[in-house]
Amino acid sequence: MTALAARKPRRPGGRPVWEEKPTLIGQLGKGTILTVVVALVVVPLWVVVVTSLSSTETINAAGGYVFLPREFNPSAYIVIFSGGQVTDAVLVSTLVTVIGTALSLTVTVLAAYGLSRTGTLLHRPILFYFLLTFLIYPGMIPSYLVVTGLGLKDNLLALVVPAAVSAFNLVVLRAFFMGIPSELLDSARIDGAGEFRILFRIVLPLSKAVTAVVGLFYAVGYWNTFFNAVLYIDRNDLQPVQRVLQMFILAGQSPTNAGAGTVVHLPGIGYTAPPSLAIKMAVVVVTLVPALIVYPFVQRHFTKGVIVGAIKG
Amino acid sequence: MSAPYMVEAAPQVQEKQAVTKMSVAARLRRDWPLMLMCVPAMLLLALFHYLPALGNVIAFQDYNPFAGDSPLQAFLSSEWIGFGNFQYLFETPAFWDSVRNTLGITAFQLVFYFPVPILLAMLMNSILSPRLRSFAQSVVYLPHFFSWVLVVSLFQMMLGGAGLIAQTARDAGFTAPDFMTNPDTFYFLITSQAIWKDAGWGMIVFLAALAAIDPNLYEAAAADGAGRWRRFWHVTLPGLRPVIVLLLILRLGDALNVGFEQFYLQREAVGRDASEVLDTYVYYQGITVQQWGVGAAAGLFKALVGLLLILGANKVAHKLGEQGIYSKS
Repeated sequence: MTALAARKPRRPGGRPVWEEKPTLIGQLGKGTILTVVVALVVVPLWVVVVTSLSSTETINAAGGYVFLPREFNPSAYIVIFSGGQVTDAVLVSTLVTVIGTALSLTVTVLAAYGLSRTGTLLHRPILFYFLLTFLIYPGMIPSYLVVTGLGLKDNLLALVVPAAVSAFNLVVLRAFFMGIPSELLDSARIDGAGEFRILFRIVLPLSKAVTAVVGLFYAVGYWNTFFNAVLYIDRNDLQPVQRVLQMFILAGQSPTNAGAGTVVHLPGIGYTAPPSLAIKMAVVVVTLVPALIVYPFVQRHFTKGVIVGAIKG
Repeated sequence: MSAPYMVEAAPQVQEKQAVTKMSVAARLRRDWPLMLMCVPAMLLLALFHYLPALGNVIAFQDYNPFAGDSPLQAFLSSEWIGFGNFQYLFETPAFWDSVRNTLGITAFQLVFYFPVPILLAMLMNSILSPRLRSFAQSVVYLPHFFSWVLVVSLFQMMLGGAGLIAQTARDAGFTAPDFMTNPDTFYFLITSQAIWKDAGWGMIVFLAALAAIDPNLYEAAAADGAGRWRRFWHVTLPGLRPVIVLLLILRLGDALNVGFEQFYLQREAVGRDASEVLDTYVYYQGITVQQWGVGAAAGLFKALVGLLLILGANKVAHKLGEQGIYSKS
C-alpha cells in the first residue's frame, strides 16, 4: 500500500498528479448534471412525503402538491391504518413478502448449495434444467390456466408460488458458494458432518451478505407484486398494496374506502379530517417505505462483491 | 434488462476431483443429499415454469374453458385446430400493430435509453470524493426497487394533468401539456420512465468495467501527451467496448421484451393504438376477450421469435469473441 502510494502520489482531492486541473466550466457542468440527476429522484419522493403530512389548509394554499413543509400532521396515516382497504392491503403485502421471501430463500439456498460442487451425480443436467428457464418462458395464458386450475384464484399463494424461484438469484448464490474454499468443507466432512449440517453451520454463516442481498431481491419482488394480483385476486380485502395504489392514483378512485372523510383527533392539533390528496400520498409512502428502510443495510453490498463479482465471474 | 447476461457468472471451478472413476451407485450414495436439495426448486419450476411453457400447445386448440370442470379437463376435451389461431392472428391488423409498437419501442430505447447508463457511469466515475460518489450512487440505484405502479404513479403526480408541473405552470399563468395522456409523446414518456427507474441500476455493469481499466494506461497516455478527450477516446472507450457490445447484442436478442406492467398501467390513459405491445396483446386477447387459443398463439409466436433472436444474438456475440449468455461448450 505504501509502495503504491509512493509511486502514485495523489493530491488530497484524490486526483493523480499527472491529470490536468479540472476546468471551471467542466466542474460547473458536472456539478449541475449531478444535482439535476439526484433532484430528479429525490424531489418527487420529497413532495409525496411532505404532501402526505399536510393539512387541508396547506394543500389548498399550495394549490395541490406541497413542496415546503409547514406542519407535521400524521392524520392521513392514522386514518389509513385504522382499518379499511389500505390496512388490509398492508397486511396482505406484508404476509406475502414475509412468507414468500422465506420460501424463496430456503428453496434457492438449498438448490444453490446442491449445485455448488461440480462432479456430483447429474450435476450438469440439473444445472441445465435451471439455466434453461432463461431461454424458455412460460406463456401468460397457460400460466393463468395452471394457477387457476390448481384452485389458487383468490388465494394469496397465487402471489407467492409462481415467482418463488429465480434462476438468476440461484446462479448468484451458487457462484458465491463455489468460491468457499473446499478444504473448509472437506475437513467438516472428515469430521462426520452431513451436507445439511455443512450448509447451515459453515456455508451460510460465511455467506450472510450475499444471502441478505438475494433475500432483498426476493422481498422487493414480493412487495412489488402487482400483475399476479390483477390475474388471480378478485376479492377486495385480499389486494396487495400495489393494486390499491393503482386504484387510488391511476384509476382515480376516491379513497373513501381507505377512510377519507373520517375525522380523527390529534393531540395538539385537534379534530381534523385528512384531505384526500394527503391520504393518496400516504398510500404512496406506504408502498415505497419498506424499500427505503431495508435498502441502506444491503446497498453497500451491491458494488462490493455480490453483483459486480457475479458479473466479472 | 434484469441481467440474464450474468448467467455465466458461475466460475469455472476445478473439475479435477477424482470422482469420474466412481460407480454411479457410489456417487448416488455420496451425492444424494445434494441432489435432494435441488428437488424443491425443481418442482416449483416444473409446476410454474415448465408446465405453462408446455401448456403453450393450446395455441393449436380452440380452447374452451367450459369444456370441462378444470382447465386440465377442458384442455383434454378442446378441439385441435392446427394453425387456425395463427392464421387468424396473422390476418388481424391489431396483432401487427402490437408487433410494430414493440419493435418501435425497442428501437427507440436503443437510441435514447441505452447510452444513459454508460454516460451516468462515466459521470459517477469522475467524481473524486468517495462520499459524494457513494451518496449519488445510492440515490440513483433506489428507483430500481420501486414497482412500476409506483413509478407510473409518481410520473402521473409530476407530469399528469393535475400534477406538480401543471400546477406550477398554472400558477405562473401557463398551461402545461398533459404528457400522461398524449399518444404522440408516449415513446418519450415510457422511455423517460424506464430511464428514471433503471438507468441507475444499469450503470453498475459499466462502473465495474470502468474500475477494471488499468489506471497505468491513463498515466502512460497522459505522459505521452494525451489530453482528457484523447484519453477518453483511446483508453476509456476501448475499456468499455466489450461490455457495450455484449449488452447491445443481448438487448437486440431481447427485442420483443419491452415490459408488461408499464404498458398495462398506461393503456387506458393513452389508448390502445400507441401503447399495445405484444405482451399486452396476449393479455387482452387471451384473458380479457377470452380468446384463449389466439392469446396463447400470440404468446407462443413471441416466445419462439424471442428464442430465435436470443440464440442468434449469442451466435453474433461468440463470433465477435464475446462470452454471450451461455458458453459454447
